[in-house]
Amino acid sequence: MDGKNIKLRLGKSYGFQWLIYVLAFACLLPLLAILFYIVKAGITKINWHFLVNIPKPVGESGGGIANALVGSIIIILVASIIAIPIGIMAGVYLSENRRSRLAYWCRLSTDILQGVPSIVVGIVAYFWLVRPWSIPLGIFHWHITNKGGFSAVSGSFALAIMMLPIIVRSTEETLKLLPDTLKEAALALGMPFHRVIFKVIVPVGISGILSGVMLSVARITGETAPLLFTAFGNPYLSVNIGKPMQSLPLLIFNYATSPYTDWLNLAWGASLILLFWVLFLNIFTKVITRKWKVQL
Amino acid sequence: MESTIIKSRNFNASFGTNHVVKNVNIDIPRNHIIAVMGPSGCGKTTYLRCINRMHELIPGATSNGEMKLNEEDVYQMHPIFVRLKIGMVFQRPNPFPNLSIYDNVIAGYKLNGIKLPKAQRDEIVERSLTKVAMWKEVKDSLQKKGSFLSGGQQQRLCIARTVAMEPEVILFDEPTSALDPISTSTVEELFHELKTNYTLIIVTHNMQQAARVSDKTAFFFLGELVEYDETKTMFTNPKDNRTQNYITGRFS
Repeated sequence: MDGKNIKLRLGKSYGFQWLIYVLAFACLLPLLAILFYIVKAGITKINWHFLVNIPKPVGESGGGIANALVGSIIIILVASIIAIPIGIMAGVYLSENRRSRLAYWCRLSTDILQGVPSIVVGIVAYFWLVRPWSIPLGIFHWHITNKGGFSAVSGSFALAIMMLPIIVRSTEETLKLLPDTLKEAALALGMPFHRVIFKVIVPVGISGILSGVMLSVARITGETAPLLFTAFGNPYLSVNIGKPMQSLPLLIFNYATSPYTDWLNLAWGASLILLFWVLFLNIFTKVITRKWKVQL
Repeated sequence: MESTIIKSRNFNASFGTNHVVKNVNIDIPRNHIIAVMGPSGCGKTTYLRCINRMHELIPGATSNGEMKLNEEDVYQMHPIFVRLKIGMVFQRPNPFPNLSIYDNVIAGYKLNGIKLPKAQRDEIVERSLTKVAMWKEVKDSLQKKGSFLSGGQQQRLCIARTVAMEPEVILFDEPTSALDPISTSTVEELFHELKTNYTLIIVTHNMQQAARVSDKTAFFFLGELVEYDETKTMFTNPKDNRTQNYITGRFS
């Protein structure tokens, strides 16, 4: 092996090291670029006025996104109320009954559900809740009827379906890591099963479960597609979950494609708020998982 | 005449098709320390877990035969009541990591939703920790998490947690095998103290321990109860060849 050859080899090695540096840095770029661009375009639009007013009609300047903020919060709250109990219970079931047939199908379906495009979930919610339907009961001409119509709750339903797999799997994974001796300790004290779960297993695994919940909320915060034909959007402030409601992603979708400068400004400001919301949720999740972690 | 607290007749236990406890007949006298010894896989732990019905929690586990606590069939009682009367301490210390030392001791009441006045709770905690010789060590740090204690202290905390429920029998599943020698001797000393109020059944793979602490010893081999006698007799004059071989270390 001569000196020239070794230089070539060192050069290649050096070049490769640089390459992985550069590519790792390239992963940072999209987030930095998005942050930079949105903050630059959005920060000037945000003020108190922007947060507490609803959009003005075309031609009037100003206006805010209060209706979308309130709408997003309500829709996500309702979705969480639907998805969190079901998700945690299913996760508990999966970790307790690892080999049962139901567990197999439940695991499979949550895995598939995770990959189902959000627009498809939206369509399902549309067909079940938004489109009017009526099923004859077969006696006395009685029918089960759904009047249908766009509503915030149908949007929440679609988002809840999207939250489920994340909560179920993170709960299952967290609880699976807990030692069996913990459960045995509780059972040996004569605790009934539900108390073992609610007083011992879930409290010890709470940080993992919560982080799954927070991540699922962060995940659905920006979902637009399923809301397009469920919550629909609303130019006014509404708190009635049986009626159409505005949300941040819907507002961005509708206003960003409009030709009016005032509406474009609203869309930029709303994007920034949405971005901060998701960023905050992610950081908050990291903090609580660390803070609430139970040392085994 | 000493009274019998646990009595099993023709007791069998299996995991699926694997028959691990075969036809065990035993009478356990009240307020005694019984050591259960035998080589690994001889069914001693399985038998122990059958006494308070922890065995059936494992998928595929079955058992049959008679197991009586004070003449009452354990398998006719609800497992929750069985486990309140027959407490258990495990091989590895397993305090509840989310609870303080205080709450760990009172866990059997607190987590079962039994409401007690504060004075009574304090009294139970102090009494239980005193019984396991820990009160002086931890009385100033009762609100610290149980998982900050040393292994030996954690195990004594687990014993205190069991004692707090005032069971009649306490089962120990190799209680010192995860502990250092000093902690082991502390726990062993405890056994003598606890004997006055409870009946202790201790599974151990350590023959010296069985000889040191117990009044009577049961020797299990390949799922059978080979011999059950006064510990002194057992170690000096065993009747069965297999016991003899085990004690003299010819197999392990």
